[in-house]
Amino acid sequence: MTDRAPTDWRTDAMRRRIVRRYGAERRFRMFGLGAIILSAGFLAFLIVTMVMQGAAGFTETRVSLPIDFAAAELTVTPEQLRGDRGNLALAGAGLEGVVDGAAGAAFAQQGGAELLSDGAWLRVRDTLKANPGMLRGRTAIDVPVATDIDVAYKGDGTPEAEQVVAALGDRLSRGLNRDFFGNADATDPTRVGIWGALKGSLLTMFVTLILAFPIGVLSALYLEEYAPKNRWTDLIEVSINNLAAVPSIIFGLLGLAVFLGTFGLPRSAPIVGGLTLALMTMPVIVIAGRNAIKAVPPSIRDAALGIGASPVQVVFHHVLPLALPGILTGTIIGMARALGETAPLLMIGMRAFIAAPPEGLTDPATVLPVQIFLWSDEVARGFVEKTSAAIIVLLVFLLAMNGVAIYLRNRFETRW
Amino acid sequence: MSLGALFFVVAALGLIAWFVARARAVAFRTGRRERFSALPGHHGAFVALWTMLPPLIFLAIWWFTSPALVTDAVIGTAAAANLPPPGFERAAILSEARNLSRGEAFGAFHDLSELLAPAYAAAQSRYDWIATALAALLAFAGFAFAYARVRPTFAARSQVERIVMVLLLLASLIAILTTVGIVASLVFESARFFSIVPVTDFLFGTHWSPQVIDPRDPGASLGAVPLFWGTFFIGAVIAMAVAIPFGLMSAIYLTQYARPSTRRWMKPVLEVLAGVPTVVYGYFAALTVAPAVRDFAVSIGVSWASSESALAAGLVMGVMIIPFVSSMADDSLAAVPNSMRDGSLAMGATPSETIRKVLVPAALPGIVGGVLLAVSRAIGETMIVVMAASGVAQLTLNPFASTTTVTKQIVDLLTGEAEFDSAKTLAAFALGLTLFVVTLLLNIFALIVVKRYREAYD
Amino acid sequence: MTQKITAHDVNVFYGEKQAIRQVSIDIDQEDVTAFIGPSGCGKSTFLRTLNRMNDTVASARVEGDIRLDGEDIYSKDMDVVQLRARVGMVFQKPNPFPKSIYENVAYGPRIHGLASGKSEMDAIVEQSLTRAGLWAEVKDRLSDSGTALSGGQQQRLCIARAIAVDPEVILMDEPCSALDPIATARIEELIHDLRGRYAIVIVTHNMQQAARVSQKTAFFHLGELVEYGDTNDIFTNPREPRTTDYITGRYG
Repeated sequence: MTDRAPTDWRTDAMRRRIVRRYGAERRFRMFGLGAIILSAGFLAFLIVTMVMQGAAGFTETRVSLPIDFAAAELTVTPEQLRGDRGNLALAGAGLEGVVDGAAGAAFAQQGGAELLSDGAWLRVRDTLKANPGMLRGRTAIDVPVATDIDVAYKGDGTPEAEQVVAALGDRLSRGLNRDFFGNADATDPTRVGIWGALKGSLLTMFVTLILAFPIGVLSALYLEEYAPKNRWTDLIEVSINNLAAVPSIIFGLLGLAVFLGTFGLPRSAPIVGGLTLALMTMPVIVIAGRNAIKAVPPSIRDAALGIGASPVQVVFHHVLPLALPGILTGTIIGMARALGETAPLLMIGMRAFIAAPPEGLTDPATVLPVQIFLWSDEVARGFVEKTSAAIIVLLVFLLAMNGVAIYLRNRFETRW
Repeated sequence: MSLGALFFVVAALGLIAWFVARARAVAFRTGRRERFSALPGHHGAFVALWTMLPPLIFLAIWWFTSPALVTDAVIGTAAAANLPPPGFERAAILSEARNLSRGEAFGAFHDLSELLAPAYAAAQSRYDWIATALAALLAFAGFAFAYARVRPTFAARSQVERIVMVLLLLASLIAILTTVGIVASLVFESARFFSIVPVTDFLFGTHWSPQVIDPRDPGASLGAVPLFWGTFFIGAVIAMAVAIPFGLMSAIYLTQYARPSTRRWMKPVLEVLAGVPTVVYGYFAALTVAPAVRDFAVSIGVSWASSESALAAGLVMGVMIIPFVSSMADDSLAAVPNSMRDGSLAMGATPSETIRKVLVPAALPGIVGGVLLAVSRAIGETMIVVMAASGVAQLTLNPFASTTTVTKQIVDLLTGEAEFDSAKTLAAFALGLTLFVVTLLLNIFALIVVKRYREAYD
Repeated sequence: MTQKITAHDVNVFYGEKQAIRQVSIDIDQEDVTAFIGPSGCGKSTFLRTLNRMNDTVASARVEGDIRLDGEDIYSKDMDVVQLRARVGMVFQKPNPFPKSIYENVAYGPRIHGLASGKSEMDAIVEQSLTRAGLWAEVKDRLSDSGTALSGGQQQRLCIARAIAVDPEVILMDEPCSALDPIATARIEELIHDLRGRYAIVIVTHNMQQAARVSQKTAFFHLGELVEYGDTNDIFTNPREPRTTDYITGRYG
């Protein structure tokens, strides 16, 4: 056996090799950085797209509409306008026709009443109720315009609508669309609002929270603190771990077959949506809860047991309070996921056209993500900005929830 | 009284019971300082639980059963003699009458509903009274039973704790119940489907067009192979082609190269990507990505490219899965002992050589497990494909062509106007069962792989 | 001399493994009793059988007869919660609750209903902290977290916490092993002061400590009680050769 010749690290071949290796190193590192930047860039692109499209959704285009109430001879006195009866009185007196007539007179070239949003007369009604004195004279009221004019004024309309916008000139103005935060779904994109869907979401989340949180926390406590090691416990654990990974649409099928089919609960109702999402969220809370409980050091339990606390007292006086921040973080994350969930709710009928906000847990309702889905399917151009605006609202809610979760985690996380 | 009001009454009774029993227990301990096995509060809780739980359990059962009882009572009245036979119309009339009687509807479509409404109201109020009486009876019986036991020697604490333990156990059984509910409902409806359509037609048939089902041979147009292929193609091929390289490289960069400060804010950014609702991804895919993909396809000469292509849905789905793959890979890389990395670096290997030749191979089982979990998530993902993929089922390898998936078809089948029992709606449950079984197997397999891997380095 | 605890033929198993073999011992009311022996000899395990802390280990099984004032502590009628109130315990590592100093001490009296008002509770807290020799140091910051104290103070807080439920026996499981020498000296002084008021059983791996604080010493080896007697006799004149070997440092 002969000895190897000592390696000469200074040969050109070796130097080239080392340069090559460093090149590979740099490239690899760049790939990694590139992957992250592209991922983050996609997120930024998505958010920027939504904001750019959606910002206009929060505004509306108005046209100044001159109306001569004195000449219109509405059979309503200013006194009748006070209180809730005012709406009925004005509708009964044919205010809608008066507004259409005024539009026909003022904008004969631009399509008359076609120029206005379906909700224009409601704006006139509310203005009248605020200023009953107007009934006796001539006045000009800013009312929302129809969707094609609205879209054109915001810069993305058809040639015909562009012409109308040009003809109207500075009689058009732009303002915050308050109806968007107060209305529910509608067929006219200028009249749609997210309040109905938001309220449906809140009711659904309420049901989800009051079911999933206690059940999830109690199961986590049971499994982590008391459960004997046996087959039943294993079965519960396997069930929970698998439920956490079951596709959400399967929970929708469960809700459809069991809550609607077997129990006969009402379709499209927040109670059913909440039940379905609770089943989906519970495993998330259980898993987060168990991790939080596991992180409480055993010495705390020993200390409490050692002075005669019962197992239940140990858990409810010491373990649960210490684990609570972790449990809450998990709960908020689970709730945020439920808030963004769409597919299971489609299965239980929450995709119906709901024109009024739900008043209770059993009223037909829709939720924000489903509303986004429904609007995204609409053909009318006006819906594009409304869809994006609704997405912005949903994202703001989710970001807020995740922010609270991260805050809780940082504020209360204790290292033992 | 309505159920909600009854619930509050019961809660109030429980509170009263708590105070009464507690006061009695406090009276025991005048003067002597002595150790009791339970505090007054325990006696209070014991009596309060006995006062509240029986009526609450009763009310819970009542809530599910009373609508049927009320309806039966209405059907028994003379006015109901003209009801049509059981079926859709009868159900519609009954539900209309119910809404009328509650004042939730003002006019009725069927004349009969208005006739039945008073009967409904009468039956409802009769049963409400029965419920109130029974609940009150149960509450007082429970109170009397428990109150008689409040004595200095009574171990109220251990009794209360026993009840608490039962509640905890019941809570954890909900998980099993849910699993059973899922399996039972899927299997039950699928069994009905397979009594109409042979299993082999469904699993191996290559023609899927539920819009036109031949009643003589429903299986001929309900062959799910194109759906399985589309699901696999979008979820496991295209999405993974995006998610694996991006997720893996992100994890490698974050764990091996990035400074801790960069890592601290980069990780949440990736997590936000996972927190964006799928409906938003779906909208984005349909509105922005799909047209771009089609334009690109046209520009490279695929003039017939679909605007609902598999590629658009798959790409966006891949982006959605990136954080998932990244966090699984992160965990796997972190589990590789540092000594391995040090050993490689100490021989003069560059960091990238160490990562590619030592760390990634060592972490491979964990990464593979994570990828399998990611696949299972991708094939169960619904909204992106509902919004961006097409409804046309075809067996194709072309990413620019339209394909459909299992989840998309479930949504399409169940949101149409078909009656609940048709082969069409039942097919959705058969698809659901298939999806459930496949994701379950993938998950179990992946978890076994990951667990084995963790144990190897523990 | 009254016998506070009597144990007779005690065996402890962890699953299949036997940790304690046929131990019989009587604990005096008036004395400090030290358990010594090499690590793994079962002295801590035996200590934990005296207030049934072993119940928390699922696989643990205890056989034999252990009586507190003649009452069988493993009988069905014995409420384990009350037993642990009567037989308090101080652990190897100080384990205050992450609550205020006041709440740490008040927790036990509260769950056992020992105080009927705020002033009574204040008195219990002050008395317990005084007896634990901690009052002077913490009386101005009772609302600070117990975990903010130094290690030695934390351990005295744990002793105060045990005293607060008015126990009859205090078990100490190597209470000084995590402390520095000065803090150790404080605890030893404290044990000395508490003697007579409570029966004290202390597990220690430190023979000098056993000699300093105890009147009786029990030497455990491989799960058996090798020798038990007056501390002076054990250290100066052991009867068993194994005890001699251990004390002279031949193993351990």
